[in-house]
Amino acid sequence: MRLTPRFLLSAAAPLAALPGRAVAEGMPQLHFNDPYVQGQVLWGAIIFFIFYLLLSRSALPRVANVLKARDQRIKSDLDLARRAKQDADKAQKELHEARDKAFDDAHAIIQEIRDTAKKNIQHEVSETLARLNTEIRDAETRIAQSRTKALNHVSGIATNTATTLIERLIGKADHHSVASAIERAHTAGGEHVS
Amino acid sequence: MASGSKIDALGQFELHPILGSFGEALRLSQSPLFMVISAAVVLTFLYVGMKPKAVVPGRLQAAAEVSYDFIHGLAVDTIGEAGTRFFPFVFALFFFILTGNYIGLLPFSFTFTSHIVVTLAMAMAVFILCIITSLRVQGLNFFKHFMPEGAPIALSPLLVPIEILSYISRPISLSIRLFANMVAGHVLLEVFASFTIMLAGLGVVGDVLAITPVVLNIALTALELLVGLLQAYVFAILTCIYLREAVAH
Repeated sequence: MRLTPRFLLSAAAPLAALPGRAVAEGMPQLHFNDPYVQGQVLWGAIIFFIFYLLLSRSALPRVANVLKARDQRIKSDLDLARRAKQDADKAQKELHEARDKAFDDAHAIIQEIRDTAKKNIQHEVSETLARLNTEIRDAETRIAQSRTKALNHVSGIATNTATTLIERLIGKADHHSVASAIERAHTAGGEHVS
Repeated sequence: MASGSKIDALGQFELHPILGSFGEALRLSQSPLFMVISAAVVLTFLYVGMKPKAVVPGRLQAAAEVSYDFIHGLAVDTIGEAGTRFFPFVFALFFFILTGNYIGLLPFSFTFTSHIVVTLAMAMAVFILCIITSLRVQGLNFFKHFMPEGAPIALSPLLVPIEILSYISRPISLSIRLFANMVAGHVLLEVFASFTIMLAGLGVVGDVLAITPVVLNIALTALELLVGLLQAYVFAILTCIYLREAVAH
């Protein structure tokens, strides 16, 4: 064997000859009279048909079932998770609401207590003030009474004393005129005395 | 296989009877055998993968579920609501072709998608399914699609045959695309592999040079893995697109 141009040509010949010479004698695929070439069409049809039946009736539904089961499982799991999340959200919301409500209630109670205390204190203060005022007024009344009483006694005592003094001095005394004189003096110097 | 200086890149596509005279009588070749193997691999993958039925899937179950989701998304997104009805068919097509392409890359195996009759049969199945679905969903309105709306009536003698031709060429392009890609890839692999054997016969220099086609074949195998997936995907998505047209009112 030599690497001559002729050899290369002959080597490439089957490629070049495919459409031409091969059709006549080269390509076994084109020997349509060959019983095996004919036979493989029938066999091919039978085999492909059985293959198709097995696939469509048995093998592919199996895959489809597994895929479907998985999809359903994933879907149900997702649903479950979503529902759990909703529940948790709801619980959290309720908790928040309860907390806020408790906070508000506590505030209200504190406010109420504070208000009541304030009111009580105010009440007590005003009561005490009123009582003190009454007592002060009573006391003042009593003082005024005592003074009036004392002052009334003063003119009597003065009249008696003056009468006694005048009797000692001049032997006799007009009680009535002494009393009126005292009264006058008292009225004139009343402001001075009181 | 290389015999002498001649490279037989097409011998790999020849069909041989299996199971002796029994196979000969039933016209069983290695092609149906690998179809069965491919279908069995896909079914085993699904059955074993889905056996645990775990809520949190393991690796194999996750792979089975991803393959299901991938084709289901493809079918439903492309076809629409009716996609669930056609999903098993699209799934069967995609994984039958994909596994066929990939198993064909293993040494000593056979790629049944490299046979035009096989790909054409699958494309015809899609084509006929589309026509039946169209007639069932749209009734006689189906034939209106061959005259584009808004086009002048005068052009109809030209447009209608073109539309019919383009519609009919769908299964042909669908089948030839897959067939040609598979054949081209496998012929290239075979040719480069033959180069290695030929160069190895040249002595020390040849031994060194023989590494080049091996490296190329490794790269080509990676490319073929991409092509095998891509062609299965193209076949599946075109099926979905044709079915979407069929279920549209």
